[in-house]
Amino acid sequence: MSDPLLSVRDFSVRYETAAPVDAVRDVSLTVHRGEVLGLAGESGCGKTTLAYGVQRLLKPPAVIPGGSVTWHDADGTDTDLLALGTDAMMAFRWDKISMVFQGAMSALNPVATVGAQLADVFEVHRPAMSRRARTAAVVELLEIVKVGGARIKSYPHELSGGMRQRIMIAMALALRPQLVVMDEPTTALDVLVQREILREITSLREAFGFSVVFITHDLPLLLEISDRIAVMRAGQIVEIDTAEQIWFRPQHEYTRTLLSSFPRLTAERKVAR
Amino acid sequence: MTTIEVRGVSKTYRVRGAGSIDALADVSFTLSSGQTIGMVGQSGSGKSTVAKILTQMERPTSGQVLLDGAPVPSRGAALRAYRQRLRMVFQDPFASLNPYHSIRHHVERPLVLSGVVPPGEVEAEVHRLLAKVQLDAGVVDRRPHELSGGQRQRVAIARALAPRPSLLVADEPVSMLDVSLRMGVLRLLSDIQAADGLGVLYITHDLATARYFSDEIIVLNQGRVVEHGSADEVILRPRHPYTRELREASPDPESFFADRVGGAR
Repeated sequence: MSDPLLSVRDFSVRYETAAPVDAVRDVSLTVHRGEVLGLAGESGCGKTTLAYGVQRLLKPPAVIPGGSVTWHDADGTDTDLLALGTDAMMAFRWDKISMVFQGAMSALNPVATVGAQLADVFEVHRPAMSRRARTAAVVELLEIVKVGGARIKSYPHELSGGMRQRIMIAMALALRPQLVVMDEPTTALDVLVQREILREITSLREAFGFSVVFITHDLPLLLEISDRIAVMRAGQIVEIDTAEQIWFRPQHEYTRTLLSSFPRLTAERKVAR
Repeated sequence: MTTIEVRGVSKTYRVRGAGSIDALADVSFTLSSGQTIGMVGQSGSGKSTVAKILTQMERPTSGQVLLDGAPVPSRGAALRAYRQRLRMVFQDPFASLNPYHSIRHHVERPLVLSGVVPPGEVEAEVHRLLAKVQLDAGVVDRRPHELSGGQRQRVAIARALAPRPSLLVADEPVSMLDVSLRMGVLRLLSDIQAADGLGVLYITHDLATARYFSDEIIVLNQGRVVEHGSADEVILRPRHPYTRELREASPDPESFFADRVGGAR
């Protein structure tokens, strides 16, 4: 746990609109190698802005007025992500940190086969790869996420929501990144498919050893899958601790409010109807 | 006291090139005013088909739907009158409100169409309904896009309540809302249900809120009722393997940490 992968220090994001909005304010956190870090908070708290911001995926009017983001690569080198040139940053993204975007149902291109969309990743990041090697890599990815290589020519609409989410995960794993940021990856799925995808993520982590930043507003879910949880509110991290501490000994008032806003599945009903 | 009875209802859809799909098979249950029934099941289990049949947007292939013992009307003025007694709250408050119309229009229309209040009292009734769903009177002249998801769903509830129905079908009413807003909207629905003695069919895939807000729970799987009982009975002591599977897949930090701590000792 003491092996840092990504260190974020005093990081801020401001939307320079007519009335500037400080979407992320002086956030410091460390993602450790091999851990699942949960990022919890309600809509608009800045959790997605933070995740996009550290990868410099935000466009104007968003600016990063301050802070530092340091990547500690498995090969031992440290990289200051805020200082990387545009080309170097483009090469860095997806190779080292990839993302599973929100909205599995709509994140894929409806007019391209899933095989072509997966092959795209290799075309951009591994231009030297032969067509045959690319196809082989795409088939392998489809097998890894248990969609099956036979689906290489399927269009997104021919697949269920769960399968489309698996394609998104395959895409994120294509270059064997060290960190995968998952933004609400299971929110649109029903409870059985959600559980199936979560099991899949766990076994893929065991196989490939990547770290995960898991963003969701579903705190009960986060408590079960995270090693540590950061609770965000109004652009700041109000509390960060192990899932167990957050559950048994929440320190911040807001964390307690969040915890009490979910009905319990099996415990006594606290409020009489 | 109003009772709607679904008796042996089946619904088969013909699909071009794929034969037919049995969306519902021999579904029976009774919903009375003053009662909340939770209907749970995964995507494709037939939950929304039940809602469509109750509101007569679809006709059953076989079986019957009875309102206070009489078959529900299928056309004309009688059907319109029926749809004022049984109202619907849809899943997506971003799609179910018309972006061109003000909030007033949305709540006013069902009042005018149903004639529950004289024309001179419509405006006052609009304000009474908005207050009932805990919306500020200032929203009447706004349009849906100016409101948050939670506020929009409250407008949808006010619209559903306008003709003073006795039954309400709420199809995933909070699944599109942020978690922090869900309990507020469900508590509101539950308070109104209790105050007005409404019969509510709460359709959801979330077992925790189904248990919290329902008296009874019906579990649907592939169009069939696999379990039906009191809310606590179904969730705490599920008998059917499918119900158990749903329960095990649902996040339950309480048991999760109890097992962990227990295991460590």
